[in-house]
Amino acid sequence: MSDVSRQTLTHLQRLEAEAIHIIREVVAEADNPVMLYSVGKDSACMLHLARKAFYPSPPPFPLLHVDTTWKFQEMYKLRDRMAEESGMELLVYHNPEAAERGINPFDHGPLHTDMWKTEGLKQALDKWNFDAAFGGARRDEEKSRAKERIFSFRTASHGWDPKSQRPELWNLYNARKNKGESIRVFPISNWTELDVWQYIHLNNIPIVPLYFADERPVVERDGMLVMVDDDRFPLKPGEVPEMKSVRFRTLGCYPLTGAVESSAKTLPEVIQETLLTTTSERQGRAIDKDAGGAGMEVKKQQGYF
Amino acid sequence: MSDIQNNDPVYVTESLIAEDIDAYLDQHQHKTMLRFITCGSVDDGKSTLIGRLLYDSKMIFEDQLDALTADSKKVGTQGQEIDFALLVDGLAAEREQGITIDVAYRFFNTEKRKFIVADCPGHEQYTRNMITGASTADLACILIDARKGVLVQTRRHSYLCHLIGIKNIVLAVNKMDLVDYSQEVFDKIVADYTEFAKSIGIENFTAMPISGFKGDNIIAASDNTPWYKGPNLIEHLETVEVLTAEDQSKPFRMPVQWVNRPNLDFRGFSGLIATGSVKPGDAIRVLPSGKTSTVTKVVTMDGELDSAVAGQSVTVCFADEIDCSRGDVISVSDTPPQVADQFESTIVWLNDDPMHVGRAYWLKLGTQMVSATVQQPKYAVNVNTMEHVAVKTLELNAIGVAQLSTDKPIVFEPYADNRSLGGFILIDKITNATVAAGMLQFSLRRAQNVHWQATDIDRTEHARLKNQTPKVLWFTGLSGSGKSTIANEVEKSLNLMNRHTFLLDGDNVRHGLNKDLGFTEADRIENIRRVGEVAKLMVDAGLIVLTAFISPYRAEREMVRKLIPEGEFIEIFVDTPLEVAEARDVKGLYKKARSGQLKNFTGIDSPYEPPLNPEIRVNTVEMTAQDAAAHIIRQLMPLK
Repeated sequence: MSDVSRQTLTHLQRLEAEAIHIIREVVAEADNPVMLYSVGKDSACMLHLARKAFYPSPPPFPLLHVDTTWKFQEMYKLRDRMAEESGMELLVYHNPEAAERGINPFDHGPLHTDMWKTEGLKQALDKWNFDAAFGGARRDEEKSRAKERIFSFRTASHGWDPKSQRPELWNLYNARKNKGESIRVFPISNWTELDVWQYIHLNNIPIVPLYFADERPVVERDGMLVMVDDDRFPLKPGEVPEMKSVRFRTLGCYPLTGAVESSAKTLPEVIQETLLTTTSERQGRAIDKDAGGAGMEVKKQQGYF
Repeated sequence: MSDIQNNDPVYVTESLIAEDIDAYLDQHQHKTMLRFITCGSVDDGKSTLIGRLLYDSKMIFEDQLDALTADSKKVGTQGQEIDFALLVDGLAAEREQGITIDVAYRFFNTEKRKFIVADCPGHEQYTRNMITGASTADLACILIDARKGVLVQTRRHSYLCHLIGIKNIVLAVNKMDLVDYSQEVFDKIVADYTEFAKSIGIENFTAMPISGFKGDNIIAASDNTPWYKGPNLIEHLETVEVLTAEDQSKPFRMPVQWVNRPNLDFRGFSGLIATGSVKPGDAIRVLPSGKTSTVTKVVTMDGELDSAVAGQSVTVCFADEIDCSRGDVISVSDTPPQVADQFESTIVWLNDDPMHVGRAYWLKLGTQMVSATVQQPKYAVNVNTMEHVAVKTLELNAIGVAQLSTDKPIVFEPYADNRSLGGFILIDKITNATVAAGMLQFSLRRAQNVHWQATDIDRTEHARLKNQTPKVLWFTGLSGSGKSTIANEVEKSLNLMNRHTFLLDGDNVRHGLNKDLGFTEADRIENIRRVGEVAKLMVDAGLIVLTAFISPYRAEREMVRKLIPEGEFIEIFVDTPLEVAEARDVKGLYKKARSGQLKNFTGIDSPYEPPLNPEIRVNTVEMTAQDAAAHIIRQLMPLK
């Protein structure tokens, strides 16, 4: 038998092993799993872990992008490229009602997120009968996430009840569900933002170039630098986008995502800038600020991922 | 803000980040990870301590700090000062109540390690949460309020940590600022705790005087406690050994999660290595089959590995095409784990619905999922006094020792030797809730000596001779619903049709086979289990078996259904509203129950769970017994 060759596992090795274990458990026990893919860095990290979990097979489930039609063009490019590289089926869902009513971030405010993302996600999961959906949420992002289980159950109407979560002991996950219930599974629950960046760095995982600084056309809206990514952007009379060296800390719908002025062109520089900034990652997103400190908790009870 | 500024060094070396990010990343890349839990009573300052660790390690961003400052003024309990607990107490409900109600996980880094903290609540009713948080912890930090000393809660938390196998225990005597940093107070608490710790088998612990609020001895030796010469909290957390290191020195075991077979040329077995290490050329054995082979390669997407160790998720390939699938355990060939189906176990009950002795639950251990039943506990442990108490069952948060049997042999090791192959959860088959956590202690020998005797005339032969398909017609319904009457009518009709039948009646069976059983929940479950087993033997003999039992619980009816081959179990719901059955009161039992002379009477003070999808339903308000019987016979046709 093997010598007792001791190896000290680093925190990233342990986090990787845990995430792979979780992803495999879901595939072994769920009937019809899917991976939610938002094209951001957390999704990139999670997709890479899924590929590792099943190598040399491709991950035995599809990728699902719940699209709002307002993402950055570079996100769509990377999305299609990664689906092809990983050998996975890519499903893209557009909420038909939102499309029909022309819901957009300029005219409809919070309704835009609600209809395209929250409702769109519910519709997509129902349409394909997915009973387990991987998501890239982390517990360090936000306080109510810190208490969410790795296997998080949703009622038939996709609601979350924080009071009746199942205890998770050791690395034993109970994936059995009642009729109509579905599971959200968060394999990178225990990762921090720094862990994700570092893992991307060490594994050379492709990410959207928008994370790196470059000269981009921006205008200022409510103190936020917004990139003019296509000709749907309603410029004010006489307004001309200004070229600035900017990058994005998070990626979402381009009219809703604030850019930061930056010169960070490499991943270490981005990580450096991230570590030295004193505002937290989700601050750019209006969504967490509703209803005081409990904004996300309320959103999740309503079915937001 | 100025109140919380201090001159402690910060964990994150900011200057290194700014000056040489590559060097910083290199340092971070080589960090190890420690998972620990904090436990203490409601006001011992757990959340404050964790908030302090996050704050000191710069894990709080400026906008979060702004929100915290505002919140502290609004709902804080520290006057104008920052209330660190608000950083940690997540959910809206508990923020209003000012208590932590669930396990929350937090993260911070130092130069040497990444830390995952499980914040465990101190409330009496939340043993469940503590056990959950402790199950993945390398270390437990038990907080004591220096003003209060060792409390009942302290003992309970220590016992639970010890039970779940945590070997590194830190006794953090908190709020030292409120006792003037008195060495005398500290020493007294340590002496009290030492005595208690010994009594429950905790051999080692590290005690330190701290103040989570003021920051004493958290990341540096405090000037306020010159008499304390031990390590500060962070220093200690950075140097204790993590679990995976210990696991690596044990024999190789890997539960198989998934068989990887992309094409005919590749067949690998994927899993998380529980203990030991593996490398190409190693002789392995697959349990429970006992088949042996040799490892040819250890595959990952980053290339084949020379060796892999406990804590890594890998895929291994064998030299031979031997059977191996999810649930099997791959082991080093010469010292394999045991295989058994009866055990002595310690069980922590986690659900509001108490344990039902004899009921079948799903048991998940590693990647194995089997059906298991638990016997009446030998005793439960009073977690406050550590006394053994005689109990009939286990309620929420109870801990007991009981025998457990599984419906087929499983691969296991005693929990003390191997957490991954000794720790299990129980899952309710109807609600799918995780109802218990347990630890296997040892196997009971007798299981290994009873084997199934194969016979030449099998069930098909028995049935062929009788020219019928055997069936169990399971009548369920309230007392007085008409089960026995209708079953009797059905049997008479079948008899006229030359069918071979047998009617097992509830009252009759209780005169003989089950005369030792009463009407408690546990006895009712055992009653049905025995009847189920008898019915199973009778269908094997080729008979059409009719049973007339109230059988009030869905779980037991499902248990019997699983015993009988698919399609042969026919659940017949004799659907009679309670008021109708009570008005009939053929045996005068409802009257007795209403007057309190008869306890545990179904429908009165004991529940009846109606079938959700019975094969046949008869309504005895609209139908006579004869009509109901005729309806059932029609549903059963053809009988071959």
